[in-house]
Amino acid sequence: MKTKETGKTTRREFVKQSSLLAGGLVAAPLISKAGYFNSVDDTIKVAVIGCGGRGTGAAMQALLTKQNVKLVAMADAFRDRIDGCYKALMSDDNDEGSVKAKVAVTEDTKFVGFDAYKKAIPLADVVILTTPPGFRPIHFEEAIKQGKHVFMEKPVSTDPAGIKKVLEIAEIAKQKKLNVVVGLQRHYQNSYLELYKRVQDGMIGEITSGQVWWNNDGVWVNMRQPGQTEMEYQMRNWYYFNWLCGDHINEQHIHNIDVMNWFKGAYPVKAQGMGGRQVRTGKEYGEIYDHHYVEFHYADGSIMNSQCRHIKGTYAKVDELLVGTKGVVKCGAAEISSHGKSLYQYDKKLENNPYQTEHDELFAAIAKGEYKFANAENGAKATMTAIMGRMATYSGEVIEWDKALNSGISIMPEKFAWDANPPTLPDANGFYPIATPGVTKYFS
Amino acid sequence: MFRFPYLESPFKLLMLKSLLIVFCLSSCIPSICAQDFKPYEQRIPKTEITFKMVPIPAGTFTIGSPYSETGRDQDEGPQRKVEISAFWMGVHEVTFSEWDAFFKNMEVPQTKAIEVDAVSRPTAQYIDLTWGMGRDGKQPTNSMSQTAAIMYCKWLYTQTGIFYRLPTEAEWEYACRAGTTTAYSFGNDPAALAAYGYFKDNSGGKFHKVSQLKPNPWGLYDMEGNLSEWTLDQYDAQAYEKLPNKSKNPLTPPGSKYPRVVRGGAYTEAATESRCANRISSLTDWNRRDPQIPKSRWWMTDGMTVGFRLVRPFEQPSKEEIAEFFNAYLK
Repeated sequence: MKTKETGKTTRREFVKQSSLLAGGLVAAPLISKAGYFNSVDDTIKVAVIGCGGRGTGAAMQALLTKQNVKLVAMADAFRDRIDGCYKALMSDDNDEGSVKAKVAVTEDTKFVGFDAYKKAIPLADVVILTTPPGFRPIHFEEAIKQGKHVFMEKPVSTDPAGIKKVLEIAEIAKQKKLNVVVGLQRHYQNSYLELYKRVQDGMIGEITSGQVWWNNDGVWVNMRQPGQTEMEYQMRNWYYFNWLCGDHINEQHIHNIDVMNWFKGAYPVKAQGMGGRQVRTGKEYGEIYDHHYVEFHYADGSIMNSQCRHIKGTYAKVDELLVGTKGVVKCGAAEISSHGKSLYQYDKKLENNPYQTEHDELFAAIAKGEYKFANAENGAKATMTAIMGRMATYSGEVIEWDKALNSGISIMPEKFAWDANPPTLPDANGFYPIATPGVTKYFS
Repeated sequence: MFRFPYLESPFKLLMLKSLLIVFCLSSCIPSICAQDFKPYEQRIPKTEITFKMVPIPAGTFTIGSPYSETGRDQDEGPQRKVEISAFWMGVHEVTFSEWDAFFKNMEVPQTKAIEVDAVSRPTAQYIDLTWGMGRDGKQPTNSMSQTAAIMYCKWLYTQTGIFYRLPTEAEWEYACRAGTTTAYSFGNDPAALAAYGYFKDNSGGKFHKVSQLKPNPWGLYDMEGNLSEWTLDQYDAQAYEKLPNKSKNPLTPPGSKYPRVVRGGAYTEAATESRCANRISSLTDWNRRDPQIPKSRWWMTDGMTVGFRLVRPFEQPSKEEIAEFFNAYLK
C-alpha cells in the first residue's frame, strides 16, 4: 500500500509504466488524452483553491519548482484572503526569491465565494487544494472530474462520508492517471525516507507498538466580529469547528499518526481513548477538545498510543517513536537504536525542505508526462484514522474502522451560503454543544 | 562596518538617521552611569528568575584572524585594531527560564505584526522547535529569529528600565577573546575545546544546559560552542576591509533580513567553527520548513542551533536613543 505511493517500489513501477508510454509517438496522444496539459506550450498552469497562509506557501512552492509553472487563478471564500495571497506572491521580499514573474492571475481570474473553486479549476492543469479540510472532498472531486493533477493538503476530510468520497475519487484519479500529492510531507523528507528504508530492510524487526505526539500550545483564534453571520464567523475561526477542521487530532496530529501507519504498512482496525476540554473552554474555541489520548489497534495486535494536546504552557513534543522486536526508531532524532546502542543516525545536515520537495517532484513528473503519485488513498486512510480517534474520544466507546468508515456519518452543512446555518450553532450565551463521553453516541 | 563618527563629527550623525543606532550603543545617562562596574545579578521583575552579568572592560583588540589560523575564512580579514567601550555581558546564553518569563507572559499581547513602540510576544510554535533536545529551564533558548531576540531585549527594558541588547559582532569577539590572541580563548588546540564548549564531538547532537564547562578568562561560559549567538550586525564578507584601523565600536547596521551575523560555533559544528574570529551569516534556509507565507518573523524552523546572549552598555543611552534603536531593528 504505502510503499506503492512513495517508496522505491513505486518508482520502479512508474518507470515501467512510463517506458510503456514513452515507447514512441503513441505517447503523445495518450498523454494529452490523460489531460496532462491544457496549454499549447509547455507551461503548467496552476490554480490555488484556499488562499490562506498555507495556500500561499504551497503556491509559492509550486512556482519555485524548476518547471515552467504559472499561477493562473485564485479562489477563496473571502476576498481579503485572495488579496493577501496575491500581495505575498507579488512581493520582492520573499526569503526564497521572487516568483512574481510567474503570477499570471488577473482580476478576472480571482474568484470569491463558496463556488469560487468551480470557476478556477477549469483554467488550470494542476490544482492546489488548501482550504480548511472540510471542503477537500468536494474540491478534490471537482478537480479529478475535470481531469486535473492535484496537490492537496492534509487532512482530506472531517467525516467518514467525506473519506468515502475521497477514496472513490482516488480510484478515478488512478484510472485517469492524474498525479495526486497529499501534503503529508514526511513522505518527502529525507530523514524519514532513510529511516523507512531501514525499517523495511528489517533493522528493527517487526513493529509491535508506537508512540506518537503532537503536544503544544495550540494555534491562532479569530474572534467573532460585529455583523458576521454565524457561517462567516465559523469560516473565519475554522479551526474550532469540526465540519471545517475535524479537531486538532485530525488537523495536526494526523502527521504523526500517518507515520506509524506508513512504517507499519497497515491501518488500525479499531480505536478507544479519552479526551476533553479542560483549559480551552472559552466560546471562541468552538466545539473542539484541547486533548486526546487514543490507543489504535492494528489487526496483528500491535498498538499505537497517540496523544495530542493544545494547552498553553505545557510540555511540547511533536514526534514519533516506533518500537520493533529488534530496535527502536526515534523519528525526530532520526535515529535507530537497540538497547540504547545506536544502529543508525541520519546526518541532519542532509535534510531537505519536504514542502518544497513534494512540489518539485510533482511538477517534474507532470512536466515529463509521467504518472507517478497516487497519494490520495493513503491521505484518506490517514485522515480516517484520525477521525476514528476523534470518534473514540468523543464517545468513550470502542470505534471500529469498518463500521465508522461505512457509517455514512456526515457533519457537513446541507447548504453553503453566508446566510445558511452551519451544522453546529451556539446557545444564547455563544457556547457550542460539546461532545461528552458516555453521552455522545455514533452507533445505537 | 563603520566607525563611531560622532566622536569626530557630531553633526554628521544627526544627518544620518541610521547612525543613531551606533550612538545608542554607548552614550550615557548620568543617573544610570553611576552604577559600579562590577558583576551583578539581574532579577527579572515579578519573577524569581535571575541572571548574571559580568563587566567587560573598555579596551582595544585585534578583530579577525591571521592567515596562519587553522580553519580561517577570508571574511575574517584583514585584521584590524578596534576600540571597544565598556559593557556588561551575560555569563551564559539566555535560558528557557528567562525566555519563558517573556514568551509565556500572558500580559504581553501575542501578535503576528510588530507595532512601533509596543512590545509583542512571539506567536505560538506549531511544532517543538527544540526538536526533542529538551526544554529545561537551564537549557539555552533556541530557534528564535533575530527579531524575536531583540524583542526580548525590548521587553526586558520595559520591565527593568535597563537597556539590554545583543552584542555587536566586534563586542562579541572582544569578549570571546577575553584578552587572548589565539584561535580560541584557551589557545590554538581544537582538541582542548571539549573542556570549554559543546561542539560536534562532545555534544551528542544536542544543546546542553548553560555553564556546565569551563568559562573563558573573563568568566563567560559557552562563548565557544553550544548555541550560536545572534549579534546586531548585518553580515558583510568585506566588513573588515571597509573598516579603518583603530575604529571604535564598529557595527554594520541592519539592512535586509538576511544575512545577519551569528557567532560562536554550535553543538552541531566542528571545533574550528567555534574559533573566536569565526563569522557565521544567517541564511533563509534557517526558516525553510515554515510551510506558510508569510513565514513567521519570530521563529526559525531550521535555526535550532541559534540562541543569544545579552549585553548592557556601561553608559546607558537616552530614552529617545533606545526607542530609535528598537525601532530600527523591530520594523
